[in-house]
Amino acid sequence: MDLSPPVQFDLHRRMVRIRVFEEAAGRLAEANKLPGFLHLYVGEEAVAAGVCGALNDDDHITSTHRGHGHLVAKGGDFNRMMAELMGKSTGMCKGKGGSMHISDLSLGMLGANGIVGAGSPIAVGAAFANKYRGRGQVAVAFFGDGATNIGAFHEAANMACALNLPIVFACENNEYGEFTPRSATMAITDIVDRAAGYGMPGVIIDGMDVVAVHEATLEAVARARAGDGPSLIEAKTYRFYNHHGIQNLGLKYRPDEEVAKWRERDPIFTFEDRMIENGTMTRERVDEIWAGLRNEIEVAIKFAEESPLPTPDQILVDVYTSMTGAAK
Amino acid sequence: MSDVRKLTYGGAFNEAVRQAMEADENVFCAGEDIGAFGGVFGTFLGLQAKFGANRVVDTPISEQAIVGLGIGAAVTGLRPIVDLMFMDFICVAFDQIVNQAAKLKYMFGGEATMPLTITTGGGGGLSAAAQHSQSLEAILCHIPGLKVVYPSNPYDMKGLMTACIRENNPTVMVKHKRLLGMSAHVPEDNYEIPLGKANIMRAGTDVTVVAYGRMANETLAAAEKLATDGIECEVIDPRTLQPLDTDSITESARKTHKVLVVHEAVKFGGLGAEIASQIHELAFDYLDAPVARIGAPFSPVPFSPALEQHYLPDAASIEAGIRNLVQRS
Ligand SMILES: Cc1ncc(C[n+]2csc(CCOP(=O)(O)OP(=O)(O)O)c2C)c(N)n1
Ligand SMILES: [Mg+2]
Repeated sequence: MDLSPPVQFDLHRRMVRIRVFEEAAGRLAEANKLPGFLHLYVGEEAVAAGVCGALNDDDHITSTHRGHGHLVAKGGDFNRMMAELMGKSTGMCKGKGGSMHISDLSLGMLGANGIVGAGSPIAVGAAFANKYRGRGQVAVAFFGDGATNIGAFHEAANMACALNLPIVFACENNEYGEFTPRSATMAITDIVDRAAGYGMPGVIIDGMDVVAVHEATLEAVARARAGDGPSLIEAKTYRFYNHHGIQNLGLKYRPDEEVAKWRERDPIFTFEDRMIENGTMTRERVDEIWAGLRNEIEVAIKFAEESPLPTPDQILVDVYTSMTGAAK
Repeated sequence: MSDVRKLTYGGAFNEAVRQAMEADENVFCAGEDIGAFGGVFGTFLGLQAKFGANRVVDTPISEQAIVGLGIGAAVTGLRPIVDLMFMDFICVAFDQIVNQAAKLKYMFGGEATMPLTITTGGGGGLSAAAQHSQSLEAILCHIPGLKVVYPSNPYDMKGLMTACIRENNPTVMVKHKRLLGMSAHVPEDNYEIPLGKANIMRAGTDVTVVAYGRMANETLAAAEKLATDGIECEVIDPRTLQPLDTDSITESARKTHKVLVVHEAVKFGGLGAEIASQIHELAFDYLDAPVARIGAPFSPVPFSPALEQHYLPDAASIEAGIRNLVQRS
């Protein structure tokens, strides 16, 4: 590991923040306290953390239906995120978006997305604007393996390459799209094979290894900032829970042994072991970090629970910038 | 015995598909997660085990290609059922639906036939937010060449789905997500409910209420409540939205002289606007009041239950709407 200790701490903290947030969300969902669909990011933390840790605050990301992890990794505020999941007026989206549309434009997070593949073209637009204004920002499109089967992804990848835009395509290949294995829906094994078709470099990395993700992203981001165009990163990873909801074992479309095998490679625990082994971190310090963040999430849950619900008059607010002339 | 057999709305869909596949080997299904998994709403359960992966196809997440697969297979002699999980996803496949499926027959001078059924889950009420809750049926009804079907109960689901599959024109079958578990008597024998034929769900003399999908049931509940106050509603479920059974609706309007149209799609530009216009054109002289409409406000579907519960019409708001209308003379 060549990364300096502060960078390692930063990546670790981003991952633990995601895990703590997601496990709390899972518990709340189990207690029927969260309305709607909940797509947990647990197991894939190294991808969001490794990528976002390589970005500046003013760089942009687009996300997916599995979007909490991306927002947390970009610095998302626990209180307002939790409030959004509960549909409260203090939420990131004032209760109008929920889990599937969680976003924070002030952090360059251009939204989770309910439409598979829809984020990539939007990331292309952000990359275009960044190049246009010449401020050196980059955009990252997060997407799943399944999303690479949809036209929007291909159009986005081609356009980004044709226009030589500062963008990184970050694929979370967790081997499933909903309840169907990747092998049933594409004839290739590696998403990275697609990159060559558009004329961009692509790498496969171990998505359970935050350092590998981070280093690959640093390289891709440097290329983008230098004006050398798009890259694709394929992170091999796994979601520990069901497509949505909180069940993790006994699922009919994937064997429990497979889940257990991936859990052994837990991206957070394995990284902690490595850091402790090479003396960057102590077990006590690790425990402190978890405890501190668990405290923070309890505060956030309380904030969310005590926050007011949006009132019905809010339904027609923010459809347009101005209400004048809008239909009722 | 078979008279009392009950099936859910989702089960009735499944049975219609199964019987059609048994009867006609040209019928096949394709869609995301519908094969091994049986569909995210369980509406395709057991079909791949019965008919094999060749006839119940798990597709990639590729809505354009899914509809295109259906179009190409239909025009070359098969009878496809293609599934677009959520109605919101029709937008991803809009070119194939609107510019291709709907128009091929016409553009080819009548030479093509398109026995294609597109199935999809519509409607709100699940806190599924703005991209998984929409009611986009009016947009589809606006496209010449498409037929649009929206059952409100298990019995209609089976008969209408059977008709869709046998139909030689492209049809969109909308399943309301919140009706999937609704259970009622459904005959085991195969039967067809003709497209374009409304159902008078309840006869009444004071006011006509036209409603479809889940709103038909909400309207029935409101009508039963109003009956205890002596207000007799005639409740009409068009069942097929395109072609629309204008005759049944206007006939009822001539009888009751007052009409309310209810849907959970946004009111502006919704089916209610079309139905109201038709009644005004065809039965204006019989009306005691302008045709009234209930629909959602002009906004995307909000996530928070605190907002969505006010966004969607329900029995209470429909009851209030009817009371408002019958007071007019
Ligand atoms: C256009 C579209 N089609 C289908 C869906 C339903 N859906 C939601 S998530 C998902 C699977 C996505 O798989 P992948 O891109 O691999 O992401 P993962 O869930 O594995 O993170 C599907 C099919 C959708 N939301 N949008
Ligand atoms: Mg996946």
